[in-house]
Amino acid sequence: MSAFLAALLLQSGYNAALVAVGATLLGLAAGAAGTFMVLRKRALVADAMAHATLPGVALAFLVMVALGGEGRALSGLMVGAALTALLGLLAVEALTARTRLPEDAAIGATLSVAFGAGIVLLTVIQTLSAGQQAGLEGFLLGSTAGMLRADAMTVAAGGVIAGAVIFALRRPMTVVAFDEGFATASGIDVRRTDLATMLLVLFVTVAGLRIVGLVLIVALLIIPAVAARFWTDRVSVLLLVAAAIGGLSGWIGTALSAAAPGLPAGPLVVLTATAIFVLSLLFAPRRGAIARAVATRRGAPRLDRREGALWVALRHADPNSPLLSRDDGRTPLSALLPPDRLAAIEGKA
Amino acid sequence: MNAIGRFPEVLPSIEESPLAIRGLSASYDGKPAVLDADMTVVPGTLTAIVGPNGAGKSTLLKAALGLSPRQSGEVTVFGQPLARMRHRLAYVPQRASVDWDFPVRVIDVAMMGLHRELGLLGRVKPRHRARAEAALQRTGTLDLAQRQIGQLSGGQQQRVFLARALAQGADLFLLDEPFAGVDAATEETIMDVLKSLRDEGKSVVCVHHDLSTVADYFDRVLLLNRRVLAEGPAPVVLTTRNLQATYGGRLSAGQLAGVA
Repeated sequence: MSAFLAALLLQSGYNAALVAVGATLLGLAAGAAGTFMVLRKRALVADAMAHATLPGVALAFLVMVALGGEGRALSGLMVGAALTALLGLLAVEALTARTRLPEDAAIGATLSVAFGAGIVLLTVIQTLSAGQQAGLEGFLLGSTAGMLRADAMTVAAGGVIAGAVIFALRRPMTVVAFDEGFATASGIDVRRTDLATMLLVLFVTVAGLRIVGLVLIVALLIIPAVAARFWTDRVSVLLLVAAAIGGLSGWIGTALSAAAPGLPAGPLVVLTATAIFVLSLLFAPRRGAIARAVATRRGAPRLDRREGALWVALRHADPNSPLLSRDDGRTPLSALLPPDRLAAIEGKA
Repeated sequence: MNAIGRFPEVLPSIEESPLAIRGLSASYDGKPAVLDADMTVVPGTLTAIVGPNGAGKSTLLKAALGLSPRQSGEVTVFGQPLARMRHRLAYVPQRASVDWDFPVRVIDVAMMGLHRELGLLGRVKPRHRARAEAALQRTGTLDLAQRQIGQLSGGQQQRVFLARALAQGADLFLLDEPFAGVDAATEETIMDVLKSLRDEGKSVVCVHHDLSTVADYFDRVLLLNRRVLAEGPAPVVLTTRNLQATYGGRLSAGQLAGVA
């Protein structure tokens, strides 16, 4: 526990502190970018992109080795990851637009094909470099061991850029996610806005490969936004709360990882985010499960029995009444009828 | 300008018309939905697009606005191509087209009408907020401004959608089924607002399905069933013959008598 506290307070060495700061910035960016992705209901597309990074990482490694380089340079691996992730995104869009496959099937197909190709390449690399460990498995579940200052700076820079882009595009992204028809009609380019959202997600995914890993990065995009939704009804606040939850998850998760070096960082970061989600689900005011249970017990019954009875009485009293077409389960009859007629019907109810 | 109700009428030229559609064809889910439709909106009028279910009423509007693909056809707004004139039109989609659990408040939805003016980085100034609030006031939803939109009744949601369009400060308003599933008070409020817009010289087009109210609410009517069957002043267009041609055998004598 004390090792955990030391890591949390950035006291367990230079390297661990670097990782903690990098993971926190990554979490901030993932929470914010993930908010728009979740609002636009594109979360699974991000999962396909994340899995499609693996062949890119492996290919980039092979290319860098072939060119006589180190092979493990993070920036080079990230470029490879970004390229194949982009291919994955294009594959999902093309399959959805050009074939009869629904989007979920297109996502499943792309995800498994890309991941399969990546695993094959990874195995090839392992047999090639029998003596020296390539260490690419760390990209699957994330690892914080041996992270360099330059690596942390790369991740941090990615987080800052993503934050700036989100700030600039928050209005069109909100309108497009809420009401696509209105957005198009008022001149917002929906396709370009969607593309920007997904590129942002891709950017965060690639930045997060090293720490969280490609299998679980999508969780760090989704969970903060979903957890934050319990606390607010406004997109602007949702963005900030989701970013905070993401940042907190990165920080606490990597501290846990530093305290227990055998455990991979990615799952710990994601489990931390999940813990925050569960706390939000239970304890958030108004939208939380407990607050709702209390409100239901205290408050009025959900179905207004008297209103329901009035509509039924009207249906009996005057089966041809034009008012009956207005019975949408929401409109009170008292809003439609003068009090004296209402009283007459109520007498029968 | 032509007098409403006079026929044969002089239609405005394409340059004068707030919305002129020529030869528009569009399909929906691969099936032809609208064929070779023409429409000429007359400035300063309330126009209804009327027809049976599946007649392509919403598709006509959406295809004209570029919200759904069209096979052919020209659309001009105030004589210019649509892309250059989007700032002069306001579109109110069907209420069922959005997720009402979305995390926005009523005031946020009204502010969306000002996004174009604000641009990407423009700061929201008091005058912007005042305009959004005035739009909510006009639709009787200002006291709901801080509520999450999912907490509103269907009628209140529809009025907030109208408020967002008002905040845009447009000259042409296009509404898709604004009276679907709303309470009587809302219907009255919306109609009052639309009439006052018309009286300010703006033009309003509604997709409408309630035959019993068309003649009362609208100055002009376009009858649509895949093709345009008639377009003109409401009293001229709403004849038994036209309605039967539009609805086929689907109208009862009672329904016809109420309109024509």
